[in-house]
Amino acid sequence: MFAKPKLLAIGAVLGLAGLMPSQAQAHRAWMLPSMTVLAGDSETVSVDAAISNELFVFEHHAMGLDHLAITGPDGEPVAPSIIGTGKYRSVFDVPLTKQGTYRIASANSGMMGFYELNGERKRWRGSADQVSQIPKGAQNLKLTRSNSRTETFVTLGAPNDTALAPTGEGLEMVPVTHPNDLVATEPAQMRFMLNGKPAADLKIEFVEGGTRYRNEAGVQNLTTDKDGLVTLEAPEAGMYFLEASARGEGAGASEPGWRASYSAVLEFLPL
Amino acid sequence: MRISVVFAASGLIATPAMANDMVVNLEIPRQNVAEYHKPYVAMWIEDSSGKTVANLDVWYDGDMRKDEGKKWLPDLRTWWRRSGRSLKMPVSGVTGPTQGPGKYDLKFAEGSRPLGKLPTGSYKLQVEAAREVGGRELVSVPFQWPPKGTKVASASGSKELGTVRLTTKP
Repeated sequence: MFAKPKLLAIGAVLGLAGLMPSQAQAHRAWMLPSMTVLAGDSETVSVDAAISNELFVFEHHAMGLDHLAITGPDGEPVAPSIIGTGKYRSVFDVPLTKQGTYRIASANSGMMGFYELNGERKRWRGSADQVSQIPKGAQNLKLTRSNSRTETFVTLGAPNDTALAPTGEGLEMVPVTHPNDLVATEPAQMRFMLNGKPAADLKIEFVEGGTRYRNEAGVQNLTTDKDGLVTLEAPEAGMYFLEASARGEGAGASEPGWRASYSAVLEFLPL
Repeated sequence: MRISVVFAASGLIATPAMANDMVVNLEIPRQNVAEYHKPYVAMWIEDSSGKTVANLDVWYDGDMRKDEGKKWLPDLRTWWRRSGRSLKMPVSGVTGPTQGPGKYDLKFAEGSRPLGKLPTGSYKLQVEAAREVGGRELVSVPFQWPPKGTKVASASGSKELGTVRLTTKP
């Protein structure tokens, strides 16, 4: 388990990373809110953001906060107060001044590619608009479009659905059961979408926090149905982590491959 | 949780329809703890589908600076989920200050706030208590409405609530 970052690094140097995106999922990206169900006229939620193996222990990397996108109950963006980034975690506060549900997301998209130039293997990273930066003489160009999203949800007062509307880009979870109305032992239904369409037969990993204090990995392996629906059942109350990823092969320079990943932290309260 | 139903003197005399009422006897137990805070308590009635039909009483710390006492209302987890989160606190005639250990007798009359009118059916009196740096407990007492004669039912909590006794009478 501890050798993986190193393997990945070697893979990237050798130009293999594009061929083994599942390795990139070996670490879990998460944002853990201090509370998910809140009351009062206004409140503050403090969020830890990290990339780790253990849940929810910050032991590997801090998560970058450049792609935070927080949506308020009225659908408007909410500006976080960034506390900072340490070696193992980033911390930010989210001011809650309106009643309803907030979606706290970190969403990133971009392009990466490999090509040969004068017999040398090159790696390239950028946005979709920057593909023209790749030198004209590049050969054997292989491009991959990537899209990742990490989320959590908090509610001040009564929950609402405005912030939960999908963007239609990448892999997304559209809650059927409200994500701040989750109770242990009660089935909760979620729909997964890929670029705005139901993501059928998608593999989902669903795991309770506290991995450090048990021997079992405790991962529930779930699969969405033809409508992209999956049912989550938390055997006990706690913070849970969920992730999924999907990928497709490209065809040369004209048709990039793609990969999309999604992860979320969901709190299930005791009945 | 122990539930017992006692059939007391059945009403032999026809009574006016509006005279039904209920009495809740509630016990807040003394806690042997270093740091004690009076519990938040919610008392409400659910119909057979689990829908809240009346909020009878909510005890919370309404006097704190900047209304900070509201912050802990979601600790009354079931009440918060069923109706609390949709209410604008305080609620006149429903909310009140927290109470220390002791026995409390609360009377509710049909047709008056906060009980109001209940259609004929099966109901549950729900009493939930949550204590800061302490535990949380929910006690349910089922009952029928309107009562046919005086009926007494009770249930007991184990830690945060003592005996909850409900008397319904025409």
